[in-house]
Amino acid sequence: MTTTEPRTQKMIGASVLRREDRRLLTGAATYLDDLELPGCYEAAFVRSPHAAARIVSIDTSAAAAMPGVLGVWTGADLPEIAKGIPPKVVHPQLRDVPRVPLPADFVKFVGEPVAVVVATSRYVAEDALDLVEVEYDVLPAVSSTGAALAASAPLVHEGAENNIAIHVVQTAGDPAAAMDAAPHRLRERFTVARGGGHSMETRGVAARFDPTTEQLVVWDTTQSPHYVRNTLAYLYDMPEDGIRVVAPPDVGGGFGPKAQFYGEEAVIPWVARLLRNPVKWVEDRRENFVATMMERTQVHDVEIGFDDDGHILAIRNVFEHDQGAYCAGLQVPMITLSTLPGQYRIPNIHTELIACYTNMVPTSSVRGAGRPQAVVAMERMVDRAAEHLGMDPVEFRRRNLVQADEFPYRVGLTFRDGSPLTYDSGNFPLLLEKTLSAFRYEEQRSLQAAARAEGRLVGIGIAAYVEGCGLGPYEGSRYRLLNDGTVLVTLAAAPQGQGYETVYAQIAADALGMDMDLIRVTTGDTSRIPFGQGTFASRNTATAGPATLQAGQEMRGKLLQVAEAMLKTSAASLTIRGNRVEVTDDPTRSVSLRDIAGAANVGKHGITLAPGILPGLETTVYFAPERAAYASGTHAVAVEIDPETGAIDVLRYVIGHDCGNVMNPMLVDGQVLGGFAHGVGNAMYEEPFYDETGQPQSTSYLDYSLPSSMEVPPVELVHIHTPSPLNPLGAKGAGEGGTIPVPAAIANAVEDALRPFGARITSLPITPPKIVDALSTDDLDGTGPWHG
Amino acid sequence: MPDQDEPVWVDTTVNGVRHEEVVDARTTLADFLRGRLRLTGTHVGCEHGVCGACTVIVDGAAVRSCLMLAVQADGAVVETVEGLTDDPGDLTPLQDAFSRHHAVQCGFCTSGFLMSTTAALREGPVTDEAQARDVLSGNICRCTGYTGMVAALLEVGGTRDDH
Amino acid sequence: MKPGRFTYHAPRSVDEALAVLGQHAGDAKVLAGGQSLMPLLNFRVAEPGHLVDVNRLPGLSEPVRTATGWHVPALVRQRAVERSAALTGAFPLLGRALHEVAHPQIRNRGTLCGSLAHADAAAELPAVVTALDGRLRIASPRGERTVAAADFFVFHLTTALEDDELLLGVDLDDLPAGTTTSFHEFAGRRGDFALAAVAGQATRDTRGVVTRCRLVAAGVAGTPLRLRAAEDVLLGARLDDSALAAATRAAAHEARPTGDVHASAGYRRDLVGTLTRRVLADIAAAVPTEELTHA
Repeated sequence: MTTTEPRTQKMIGASVLRREDRRLLTGAATYLDDLELPGCYEAAFVRSPHAAARIVSIDTSAAAAMPGVLGVWTGADLPEIAKGIPPKVVHPQLRDVPRVPLPADFVKFVGEPVAVVVATSRYVAEDALDLVEVEYDVLPAVSSTGAALAASAPLVHEGAENNIAIHVVQTAGDPAAAMDAAPHRLRERFTVARGGGHSMETRGVAARFDPTTEQLVVWDTTQSPHYVRNTLAYLYDMPEDGIRVVAPPDVGGGFGPKAQFYGEEAVIPWVARLLRNPVKWVEDRRENFVATMMERTQVHDVEIGFDDDGHILAIRNVFEHDQGAYCAGLQVPMITLSTLPGQYRIPNIHTELIACYTNMVPTSSVRGAGRPQAVVAMERMVDRAAEHLGMDPVEFRRRNLVQADEFPYRVGLTFRDGSPLTYDSGNFPLLLEKTLSAFRYEEQRSLQAAARAEGRLVGIGIAAYVEGCGLGPYEGSRYRLLNDGTVLVTLAAAPQGQGYETVYAQIAADALGMDMDLIRVTTGDTSRIPFGQGTFASRNTATAGPATLQAGQEMRGKLLQVAEAMLKTSAASLTIRGNRVEVTDDPTRSVSLRDIAGAANVGKHGITLAPGILPGLETTVYFAPERAAYASGTHAVAVEIDPETGAIDVLRYVIGHDCGNVMNPMLVDGQVLGGFAHGVGNAMYEEPFYDETGQPQSTSYLDYSLPSSMEVPPVELVHIHTPSPLNPLGAKGAGEGGTIPVPAAIANAVEDALRPFGARITSLPITPPKIVDALSTDDLDGTGPWHG
Repeated sequence: MPDQDEPVWVDTTVNGVRHEEVVDARTTLADFLRGRLRLTGTHVGCEHGVCGACTVIVDGAAVRSCLMLAVQADGAVVETVEGLTDDPGDLTPLQDAFSRHHAVQCGFCTSGFLMSTTAALREGPVTDEAQARDVLSGNICRCTGYTGMVAALLEVGGTRDDH
Repeated sequence: MKPGRFTYHAPRSVDEALAVLGQHAGDAKVLAGGQSLMPLLNFRVAEPGHLVDVNRLPGLSEPVRTATGWHVPALVRQRAVERSAALTGAFPLLGRALHEVAHPQIRNRGTLCGSLAHADAAAELPAVVTALDGRLRIASPRGERTVAAADFFVFHLTTALEDDELLLGVDLDDLPAGTTTSFHEFAGRRGDFALAAVAGQATRDTRGVVTRCRLVAAGVAGTPLRLRAAEDVLLGARLDDSALAAATRAAAHEARPTGDVHASAGYRRDLVGTLTRRVLADIAAAVPTEELTHA
């Protein structure tokens, strides 16, 4: 049923305040650990203290005998679920190694769970952990990609030839020949470390099994309830409808790590089933530091070939990626592979990934998901090339940007979603100009010159990126007219603060042509909508958005069709006003939505439906995008460095951002600014350290710094909007753009500040000690040129 | 180490309501508020005093409830986020400003920020951005990037409302 | 991260506290502010069988004026010190340093004496109290004793306190007329433990010649490090550019910090030099208040 009326657009594009806020502000939210689960037991996990070891024996008898302990299980005790968890994102060439929920034979990273204790409280469960005796035969561990690739390196997984999980090359054009022929070539090696998501709420899972119905209900802080349900159905060999996975009404942040599947999520529901009693596990922060997936280190060997006029002729990047002990998903390095060329027209590209197994917790996406590293590689070399030619780095970029009339632009590589990397829309030159204009670029350069004359170290950095987002395969939205005449919109994806209850009600309101007050949005429950993918990779606005739009339009059609039958007039002459449907030219003739529900949903018991009345007003749409959409952005920053301490002062930061059409500007700004804080952390503060034996060294917030309001500088935002042709909303994604180029922009600015000394920045994050090291001479006194 | 719970009395007033409870001595104030009193608005984020999600007000001072034992609140007056407003319908000017300036996303840190800023505003006005960022620096937010919070705090910070 | 079990004691007198500590020596920890101890308990890095909560001990919550200065007893919160015009007026170093200690939420519970008894090598307050020649008053079953700050800090997290003793308070003498002070720290983030910090005071006579000075660094050794070589450069000299430069070099040479993942030894050493110079520049530029002895 299609409607020929133009779509109203009142709510889409408006900065509607969030419905979620009231309960969050008044302490009335319900996070996983707030759920009322009477009689619930609590679990704790025994975790490996070694990065690599054979499990010789586990004696759980003393722990099991402790008062208050309901049971202790090891991997050997749970053979039914000892199956490999399928990785989320794979590749035909991936040498996958099974990752079981609780290993029985070998541990491969510090923090890997080896046993679970279930007790009457978390306090008692932790007491019992101390009584579980595990005997380990410690093995040599691999603690970096360098160590993984060294000749005669210990093997992370026995039976393999080496520690390489996958070795992939993508090319466009003829990069080897082009590089050879390039008049100028520059090469550098960058080490980029990123860290963990560190959502303020840690992971958690609670479960209850009803033996009479054989139904398992699992509450999970996951970003992807359907993914968890599907994985549990596979691991438990249970029908998927026997498992209901619900993200609690409120989830305290996700950022990627909560979109993966972990052993704990398989163990807890299983023991709840064994015990015939609800069981809950709430990860504590110590566990979160060692056992929650993170991004770690990539080492990029990048070479750029260019001509005298500053045209990029070829780019070649070979990078090592620390995959961790298992591949929980290959998306991060696959994204890095194809993010490299960014906004530039580069006819010859060689991008090569060597993903290594190491004895550390598996790596997986954290906001930005492999893009920041690629942007560092590309944008640092752009600045170096500009420096080589004595050209303004802005001008160098201008000469290489894909132009606005070149879309859709085929890069020549393959994106992680399997489709040819094709930028759908964008206007990179406009983005650059608007960013520079807001930044007052000429003035900043003058200020820099004046500062340099005074001996102050001021630098300016630019970084640009293109971000694949709005990924498939699909996302779902289901509408139902409730019997009270309001509309319930059910999304498959679960939110962690993005404002779904608000923004999807906005889209629904416009699709239905109804007041937003009459529409409620619910999320994240596999029993309410059977199929879904989840919240990650900045994908929902461009997938759940169009699904919500289309389903809403279909629903409107159905509502009007029933109203037409009830009012005995044509649907084209009807208007929805408030909770009634009226004849436009004669509003006294109307029918309430409640009455429509009564006629269509409820009916009259045993009586035939009148002609034109549709039975059961609901509609579900799964929107499958043709391919990914591409958001983009350009950042500009000015910094000043204190040469004595290496302190970095951000003087000015401007974010230029293009996420296509914006549904709720306030929420988009919130995503960009929130992402920026993550980027600041990656650029200057967050580094997960491990020693040579694979022992994590940053295991609390005393060693690992999250940016506070003092560390996140004020930032100015400018937007452009190039709608995506790939969905009717013209939407792209906004969740990660604030993060992606920040490390590169700041690295460029710092190196620019240090340019009079020729000091180089090749390692992220950039910290004051690293800056002083970059500045220092071989003077053993440690007195540099700035000392008295 | 004892192998049984160590019961202790806690006689404390929380959000104006007096509670007399027996708890295990090692129970933290955060777990007492959440588990025993079912005031789950106070959240546990790190259990080592850095993130601030657990911040409450004890005898007028903002403190980390994860770094206090419940028994240490014996005889004390405790305020949590649930007590900021009497009427469930009303938001305080600070809460309202947080919403209007989009200072809330996932909400997990929000209670702690509200308690820290409430305590700070009782001590004196907050009148410029640098001061606002200083006041906010004792809590961590991983979602918002703090911009909305700065704006909210500056909006209400100059007035001597009943905080 | 829940604490392990302990027997909880809330003594009502110092004698009672000492008795409990003595009875369970080695297996008991004192709980005052708790801002250092509770994280250790939550991580189960510390699992004492007995916890002695001293917050109920009477008479230890108010700073007291003495014949030569101030006595700050064990239960005075850091925030109370920070907001005491009397204490920060008499000892501006305390006010400056406290502003860098964690955040107000920590300082509302944490005590000045607790930070001293905890003795983290990167903490600010032990260095400041050392620079002020503080004297630590210790209650002991063997009779109350007093230990100079310089002798009190033995190593990172280790002090002269025996297992059965309790820190009662710290005595700080008023600074002599003609004294100016300064404190500088460099940390990764606001409120973090210092990568290095320097606390300093210098007394100059009417000719501007230094008659007395103290320069103490935090974060570069197992205890607060008295920069004696730097002090020696300044004694008997005026605080002019060449004296400052010489003192700075001496300070950088004197410090022998170890490196770690956050910063190398060389960086920390240079940082001590930089911070010393900044402290001395402040000290040189400041005009001493006429009356420092009475608040």
